[in-house]
Amino acid sequence: MKIVACVKRVPTTEATAKLAADGRSLDPTGWQYMLSFYDELAVEEALKTKEKQGGEVTVVTLGPSDASKEVRECLARGADHGVILKDADPAARDPRSTAKALAAKIKALGADVVFTGRVATDRDHAAVGPMLATYLGWACVGEVHALELGAEGGTAKRETEHGVETVTFRLPAVITCNKGLNEPRRASLKGIMAAKSKTIAEEAPLAVDTQTLVVKVELPPSRKAGRIVGEGAAAVPALITALKTEAQVL
Amino acid sequence: MAFQQLDYLLLDDQFSEDERMVRDTVRAWVTERYLPLAMEHFEAGTFPLELTPELAELGVFGPTVPQEYGGAGMNSVAYGLICQELERGDSGLRSYVSVQGSLVMYPIFAYGSEAQKKRWLPLLASGKAIGCFGLTEPDFGSNPGGMLTTAKKTADGWVLNGRKMWITNGTVSDVAVVWARAEEGILGFLVERGAKGFSAPEQKHKFSLRASITSELVLEDVQVGKDALLPNVKGLKGPLGCLNQARYGIAWGGLGAAFACFDEALQYSKSRIVFDKPLAGFQLPQKKFADMGTQITMAQLLALRLGRLKDEGRATAAMVSMAKRNNVMLGLEVARTCRDILGANGISLEYQVGRHMCNLESVVTYEGTHDIHTLAIGQELTGIPAFR
Ligand SMILES: Cc1cc2nc3c(=O)[nH]c(=O)nc-3n(C[C@H](O)[C@H](O)[C@H](O)COP(=O)(O)OP(=O)(O)OC[C@H]3O[C@@H](n4cnc5c(N)ncnc54)[C@H](O)[C@@H]3O)c2cc1C
Repeated sequence: MKIVACVKRVPTTEATAKLAADGRSLDPTGWQYMLSFYDELAVEEALKTKEKQGGEVTVVTLGPSDASKEVRECLARGADHGVILKDADPAARDPRSTAKALAAKIKALGADVVFTGRVATDRDHAAVGPMLATYLGWACVGEVHALELGAEGGTAKRETEHGVETVTFRLPAVITCNKGLNEPRRASLKGIMAAKSKTIAEEAPLAVDTQTLVVKVELPPSRKAGRIVGEGAAAVPALITALKTEAQVL
Repeated sequence: MAFQQLDYLLLDDQFSEDERMVRDTVRAWVTERYLPLAMEHFEAGTFPLELTPELAELGVFGPTVPQEYGGAGMNSVAYGLICQELERGDSGLRSYVSVQGSLVMYPIFAYGSEAQKKRWLPLLASGKAIGCFGLTEPDFGSNPGGMLTTAKKTADGWVLNGRKMWITNGTVSDVAVVWARAEEGILGFLVERGAKGFSAPEQKHKFSLRASITSELVLEDVQVGKDALLPNVKGLKGPLGCLNQARYGIAWGGLGAAFACFDEALQYSKSRIVFDKPLAGFQLPQKKFADMGTQITMAQLLALRLGRLKDEGRATAAMVSMAKRNNVMLGLEVARTCRDILGANGISLEYQVGRHMCNLESVVTYEGTHDIHTLAIGQELTGIPAFR
């Protein structure tokens, strides 16, 4: 089976959001990066699928050359090949152009199944996976938290607001991965050594124009300072009053 | 706050991508799996043996051993970074791993027969067997050449007699590398758990390296077969060759403990308000941080250069002595200074500094005391040995 996992590097949770001079983006100075949480689930599911069905896992990212760190990490966990669709400024793209570029590459790879994260934890669009399925003309099974996959198709569970849905589907399919699907493995030191001999191909993505443009970014207003109403049991009445009148949560 | 390693001279650039990945992988494991247990095991005087399978899966046992024997075939810089990260957790954790890799797997790999290698290395690499290294005796530590433990040849093997002290992992070991004096000179033997006349009682009541098992090895007419002998080494260069491997890792380990203490004290001093402003804003703590930051950076350079030389096959024992001596004492001094910066909190095991400070007292002593390495460097520089 030819398996693809689409991943994105995102700023670590310690990164602070500072507005860039253009007022339309964030200043990445000093940021460190990591794999987006849900993409870790996608890689793990791809590896588990390979272990069960046989085949090869290719990890594809659209991003800067520096993303080789995150791709290499996927190779160390057991993926076979890495592809970077080089874009020095992926934040300037909209999900549509990302999905189109990924779809072109995945077509060329001839994949049977693609795993993506439910959403990237930086921009929160949750759009690339479903759009990718659309451009490929494949089944899209979104926000999956339990999966049984065979050679032809599978059964997946997905959580919706009104309960858990069980769906069956045929391959080829794009599956977007949600929390609970699996427990991502760590790279072992042997895996890291083995990854040294695996290659990461860097190539230009399909040229696609961006249809949506971010024109302005505003940071959320800073929170008001807290207030200490008193100490110990004696403070409880004042606290209740404050929760009722000021916070209006009681 | 997440751990932030000091990197004043941007030395991160000097490591390859896979070396950084090795470091970050071990670092994440230590943060998630070891540190939450560190305080309680230190207090109880126990080692979390249940982590052994995870450590094996991570691949930290004998990572430089070739893959055909179950190792990862890693370079020395990566091995150094592993030690650094483990000791960032606790010197006891690093000791557990150093002994297994450098003092048990290394001698079997370097001095053992093919049969010994085939049998033991995969077991040790996978953590299915634990090993220890018995050199020190009650009366001979810095001068192991004086050892009293004996090996006598018999018709079908050897008989071992003697006592070893301060042996890390002794009580929990499946196999002990025991050094003993024979007619031929000092020889190494693999003594298995359960051999008649062999026991390994634990040494208790330590205030240092508490989260590490330390034991006596008692050998009373222990009969071992011919195949227990490590056939390819004779004389003190056998154990010293192993120690050279371990000391190299310890030089990185001292750095790891220093990173942990420095980071904890720096973060603490920024949020601790004394006399109406952050402690970090006063000149006295700033001098301490400036001194420590400089010393840590120099120790980083020392470890890195030594590692590169080792990978080129150009590192000497005298170079390793310099790095072990400098970096472990640096770690101890940083731990003491940081302990002070934390005030009363510095003596609480809720923080790391006090634990590292106590641990490093052992690390300064074992694998050649600070002063023994002083003499080794002195001999290298002057050409005159001053050991006796
Ligand atoms: C927690 C722990 C774990 C250990 N684990 C192991 C292990 O796994 N295997 C093992 O074999 N050993 C182990 N050791 C033992 C350790 O290697 C020895 O303690 C060390 O070599 C020092 O020996 P000693 O304690 O006999 O001190 P001594 O040799 O008695 O030294 C005492 C003092 O005298 C100084 N000194 C000695 N000779 C000279 C000299 N010629 N000139 C000037 N000063 C000198 C020393 O520097 C030191 O300050 C461990 C020790 C500890 C504390």
